[in-house]
Amino acid sequence: MCDQTFLAITFGPCDNCSQNKPLMNIYLKNEPINYCSLCVELMACQGLAKGETIHTLKAESETLKTKLEEERAKLHDVELHQVAEKIEALGQFVMKTRRTLKGHGNKVLCVDWCRDKRRIVSSSQDGKVIVWDAYTTNKEHAVTMPCTWVMACAYAPSGCAVACGGLDNKCSVYPLSLDKNENLAAKKKSVAMHTNYLSSCSFTNSDMQILTSSGDGTCALWDVESGQLLQSFHGHSADVLSLNLAPSETGNTFVSGGCDKKANVWDMRSGQNVQSFETHESDINSVKYYPSGDAFATGSDDATCRLYDLRADREVAIYSKESIIFGASSVDFSLSGRLLFAGYNDYTINVWDVLKGTRVAILFGHENRVSTVRVSPDGTAFCSGSWDNTFDLRNILYGFALYWHQGLYIGVLHHPVMSVP
Amino acid sequence: MTINTLSQDGVQRQQMPCLTKMERMIISMQDPDMGIKLRNQRLLITVIPHAMTGLDIVEWLIKKCSISDEEALHVGQLFVKYGYIYPLKEPRNLILKADDSSYRFQTPYYWMSTRWPASELDYAIYLAKKNIRKQGELIEYEKECYNALHKRINHTWDFVVMQAREQLRASKQRRKGDRIVLECQEQAYWLVNRPPVSPEHYKLTTLTKNTIAIYVKYCEQYQPHDPIMQGCLPSNPWITDDIMFWNMNSETYKFLSEVALPTKLRVERWSFSFMELLNDQMGRKEFLTYLEKEFSAENLCFWQACEDVRHGETAKIPEKVDEVYKQFLAPGASRWVNIDSKTMEKTLEGLKRPHRFVLDDAQMHIYFLMKKDSYPRYLKSELYKNLLARAIVPQETKKSVFPFMRRQRHSSPSPALATQTAEDDGKAKYSNSNSGTASRL
Repeated sequence: MCDQTFLAITFGPCDNCSQNKPLMNIYLKNEPINYCSLCVELMACQGLAKGETIHTLKAESETLKTKLEEERAKLHDVELHQVAEKIEALGQFVMKTRRTLKGHGNKVLCVDWCRDKRRIVSSSQDGKVIVWDAYTTNKEHAVTMPCTWVMACAYAPSGCAVACGGLDNKCSVYPLSLDKNENLAAKKKSVAMHTNYLSSCSFTNSDMQILTSSGDGTCALWDVESGQLLQSFHGHSADVLSLNLAPSETGNTFVSGGCDKKANVWDMRSGQNVQSFETHESDINSVKYYPSGDAFATGSDDATCRLYDLRADREVAIYSKESIIFGASSVDFSLSGRLLFAGYNDYTINVWDVLKGTRVAILFGHENRVSTVRVSPDGTAFCSGSWDNTFDLRNILYGFALYWHQGLYIGVLHHPVMSVP
Repeated sequence: MTINTLSQDGVQRQQMPCLTKMERMIISMQDPDMGIKLRNQRLLITVIPHAMTGLDIVEWLIKKCSISDEEALHVGQLFVKYGYIYPLKEPRNLILKADDSSYRFQTPYYWMSTRWPASELDYAIYLAKKNIRKQGELIEYEKECYNALHKRINHTWDFVVMQAREQLRASKQRRKGDRIVLECQEQAYWLVNRPPVSPEHYKLTTLTKNTIAIYVKYCEQYQPHDPIMQGCLPSNPWITDDIMFWNMNSETYKFLSEVALPTKLRVERWSFSFMELLNDQMGRKEFLTYLEKEFSAENLCFWQACEDVRHGETAKIPEKVDEVYKQFLAPGASRWVNIDSKTMEKTLEGLKRPHRFVLDDAQMHIYFLMKKDSYPRYLKSELYKNLLARAIVPQETKKSVFPFMRRQRHSSPSPALATQTAEDDGKAKYSNSNSGTASRL
């Protein structure tokens, strides 16, 4: 025979579990011992072998991490704002509220624009879903859902239906009828069924398919006519709070964000999780694609918004400030992608310069947390919904409010005073 | 032989009988009397025991199995490929050369038949050892694997590092010759079990200035079109209560008494990307007119029909697919589309069991055909250039004489009404729309 192997024993009883298995030769305190692969894995996951100090190992691991960062740096990674240094800074923005939509009896949870650029559907905690012509502020349709906390609503691409859902664990589609006497609820179609609350829903390119995300940790694609489940997406380890479809040529992917701090990109055809990003420190409340589809932004409870590039497979920008302490609940881009609107739980809306990473405006005006921010399809305005209630002062003395306003503010930014590059 | 490559216990199913056979041969190669004569091999200043030359191996195989030169070399190659023999000089190059290059037998511990799981943990420990032992020891793809592993099995990293250190410490206590042998064996084992993967697989795409520049470029290109950034002409309806902006850029002709000229910005935007052109109803119609002149309008119609299948009702898919086949794909069809034979074959095969995505490949082919060929030519065509020249730049809305008086805000017909009327009339108002899809609006 040729080689005397120093790793002689290959099969036999494991020193730990005593089962006859192929053995691995490992060292504990300079002593070679033989464990089976299962016991090795278990021990490795426990973090420490017997007799080692955490201190020395941590030092070693830090050295390796530094080495890793050095390797990364050698790849000439560049930050977004460094390249954006040469671009002209944005001037002062002046924002005015142009419309206030009043009519919800309780917190506004979700809002979606119609493709006609002026209609909006909104849903609230009291179970009401209202369709408005935001331009005239007229209410056009109203539906009362059988459940409270309607967290998700969406306008169909054709403008002929709306979808909504929440604590009922379902997503229902209501065709919009113009017959004043008709009860919209009569024609309702129950499409999606989850095992926990519905957090977000979106029509795909047509009225016929809906994508939903739920507190049960999954997303799903449904056929509206039949209610059939077409594809389900598993991979999040906690509630999924938000999703957004990619504006791509092939139209096959979407991104979702959840309470497991992860943002996942999915292929709609296969159900596969194709990319995953985990740099946030807390729940991701909102995800939205950059208009070109090459990146997406997230808003999280850790009070930051971040931009992730899909081809580089990493985070490329963080939008944060020391004075911003409360979580971001909702994000959306302006039409050119230069501005990022983010609504926060401290009742404000911050407007970020996407390229430079700086904040260009802070908007006050809501009296409770901003739950949703949406830019209109042609980029002429953006709309924010909130948990506002304004009290008639007198009634506070009695400990309850008789008169509630829940506001939807339609804001428009005056184009700023700045030189056009 | 089934397509299931893994058997119950996760081993490559087809391999076990082959491995057994190979091992029998390897053992007889090492027979003290009838086997290959092994010598000491000098590697720099150290002596490596039990080495043989490539020529030895080939000659032994010729004698033992009564085969030709060529066949012996081929069989020998397999031994190297499966890790039973490894080269000393160029360890990364797992081939057999029938000359005086040195080879050694791999220790049975590392034989493939031991069914070692070759787990990520093992590999991580190996790479960590290499990294600690000598800076810059890891080559490109190994660095990438290392980084990827660090991310993936991060929870065991303490253990990995500890084991790597311990194993290095233990190996220092051995004679140099033995240490080198061990290192060679281990290296060979991992080269077989973790061959360098193609760069795309593990690559961390670098975020160079060029890749980030696309964001800057996009923002700059679209800034004139972003009403919040730069205002819009004639005016922003939300500010002035004048909906001229919406009327001028309307996508449906229903709300215009006659076909009005589009704005310059709108026509310009069609040149940004093929998707922009297709997303705009007017743009799509213009493009169709152009294609009709080029006798390739069936491409766009086919693409639209495929979109309809993809996004339409599940129940209607079989009949829609059948329609598409009759119109566009069948031999001698009235609007036959030119797809390459491979894609056509695959599509026709898939049509036997129609599903939502069965036309995807064909649709993709036609889409990119239009994008690469018809679209650029359209942008250079007289049709487009004329429209761009005639397109209007709206005048800014005159400010009201009484600024505190609000203009009357007119309501607009609901999109829901549009559907109902169309249904009532029983007419298809749009030449290229299908019920329920986005093109309606």
